[in-house]
Amino acid sequence: MYPGAPALADEEADADPIPGLVGFTAVLRNAGLPITTDRVAAFLSAVDELDVTSRMQTYWAGRLTLCSDPDDLPRYDMAFDAWFDPPRGGRTRIVDERPPPPPKLASLSTSQDPGTDEAGDDGPQIKAAASGTEVLRHRDLGDMTPAERQHLRSLLATLRPDPPTRSSRRLRPGRHGVPDPGRTLRAALRNHGELRELYLRSASKRPRKVVMLIDVSGSMEPYADSLLRFAHVVVRRSPGSVEAFTLGTRLTRVTRELRMRDPEHALHAAGKAIPDWSGGTRLGEVLRAFVDRWGQRGAARRAVVVVFSDGWERGDTALLAEQMQRLSRLAHKVVWVNPHAGKDGYAPVQGGIVAALPYLDELLAGHSLGTLERLLEVVKHA
Amino acid sequence: MTATLPPVPASPAELTEALRATGYLPDDGLATAAFLAMRMGRPLFCEGEPGTGKTALAQAMAQVLGAELIRLQCHDGIDASQALYDWDFPRQLLHLRALEAAAGVDGSTLDADEVEASLYDRRFLLARPILRALTTTPSVLLVDEVDRADDEFEAFLLEVLTEHAVTIPELGEIRAATPPLVVLTSNRTREVHDALKRRCLYLWLDHPNVQREIAILRSRLPEVPERLATQVATTVAKLRNAELLKPPGVAESIDWAQALQLVGATTLDVDSAAATLGAVLKYREDADRVRDRLDALLAS
Repeated sequence: MYPGAPALADEEADADPIPGLVGFTAVLRNAGLPITTDRVAAFLSAVDELDVTSRMQTYWAGRLTLCSDPDDLPRYDMAFDAWFDPPRGGRTRIVDERPPPPPKLASLSTSQDPGTDEAGDDGPQIKAAASGTEVLRHRDLGDMTPAERQHLRSLLATLRPDPPTRSSRRLRPGRHGVPDPGRTLRAALRNHGELRELYLRSASKRPRKVVMLIDVSGSMEPYADSLLRFAHVVVRRSPGSVEAFTLGTRLTRVTRELRMRDPEHALHAAGKAIPDWSGGTRLGEVLRAFVDRWGQRGAARRAVVVVFSDGWERGDTALLAEQMQRLSRLAHKVVWVNPHAGKDGYAPVQGGIVAALPYLDELLAGHSLGTLERLLEVVKHA
Repeated sequence: MTATLPPVPASPAELTEALRATGYLPDDGLATAAFLAMRMGRPLFCEGEPGTGKTALAQAMAQVLGAELIRLQCHDGIDASQALYDWDFPRQLLHLRALEAAAGVDGSTLDADEVEASLYDRRFLLARPILRALTTTPSVLLVDEVDRADDEFEAFLLEVLTEHAVTIPELGEIRAATPPLVVLTSNRTREVHDALKRRCLYLWLDHPNVQREIAILRSRLPEVPERLATQVATTVAKLRNAELLKPPGVAESIDWAQALQLVGATTLDVDSAAATLGAVLKYREDADRVRDRLDALLAS
């Protein structure tokens, strides 16, 4: 990447390079790379094997030891240029990395406040208190008072979503199935070679992958916060087999963020990761990004894919249809959850839904806790 | 075993030369990565699009080091008995019966401990790829498509790769005299656990640029004329930017050049390209899309 790059200046070659190198790792850490002490140690020993005065070799020593994901690479390149090629005036100022975009999550969770301020606030609150959980289960997620939201969060935390299962290729000891020669002969060896009992083994069950794609565009704004919290519960329950992405003007993977234990921390981190809250939707393009980068390579293969979206597509619906077709060929089941589908007089006429409908296994409502529980049932038995 | 080994390259530049001699054309980053993997004794974790030469790198390194290449292909449900070792139960049982029969003939009694010890002998041990790599010097262990294995296997792999040793309960510890050079590849179908990546050097492989791809084609297929190689490389580079379902890798461009050569084409034109498109595009949708635009694609 830096063919024939000039060596670092002479005066720097003479000085002890280690403080400079360690300082560079601190910049990377600020830029959000997962720099740990053992990685820094690996970086230093890699530099030790190479020529520290060669810019190209230093670049690669760091890139090989400090990055662990293709998404890290652009940030690494930026930090490297900034640190080893500072604009005139010294390098200390560079430590200040780009500030992370301000989390917009707060505005989301209280988005009901301004509209339903004084008058609307008291009424439903009393109703919720009076009729309790059962009513709340069927209340529209997009139309809740802050108190109801609080209550809903505690209800979400009590969900116990079981992942769907598939049969694994791996055989486990059991009472049925095919003979297990290893175990049978091992037992025979204990009995001086006498075969007394035939041990069996059979295919076991493994959790099936689940992929949740959550539309966070403007039209889904009232539901996005609750749906992300719902996704957090599902991810936490089976962190190894569930992936979560948000769809907007671009695709964002939020699985990592949602794996955090505390829902507030997780949602805060997810909020920081999502650059396109309440923007437009280009469902077709974003789905293509998902299928290209993740789905086709394996994330969607034999998985249960759940799309949370109202199906408002500003782009070309032909593209959306094509991508849904690809997705349905890869996935085990494709479930579309539309918050509006449970409302009276709903008909699937929005361009996006019409395009996607032929490739769906299920179209479900998703506007209330009750309907989300129903979704979990469908996913579990998919 | 006593055959003289080629000298170990002492710098990334020397390694580049050695790899070139095997027909593998590395760029700076790749040579540095392989050099560091050798010197630091760390596994090299290669990730990238299919067809960017991840597996070929391990093969070339084995050739450079004069080492045996031992390949472990990962798959869903792979476990320790397929990756590490297994006891040869049928042979153990036969051995036991033979001992019993011999004892029956001369009327002696068998000592249980002695019999048991003789059963768990190295000759009844079936060495699977990892154990084979640990006991073979020098060797290159290629753990191919590690993303296809499951999490349990990853944890197990981590243990072996850090210790360079395996403990077999009946035999004790088997430790590598010289740790093998380990190359792991992943197509990124699944995110591999960070703990595993942390112990490795991480190399992200992109498609080569046009110049390097021409050089690769020329070195792999010396019989293909330069003009054809250049045309194939530039067209494939355009295809990679054409928003296809499956952008072609280097393996595909080699296949394509070879296919063109076999049908007797000396230049890439609309007819010969249409006839051999199946070598480079593996989806019907992609082929349809490209076939309509072949004119524009081949122009310039």
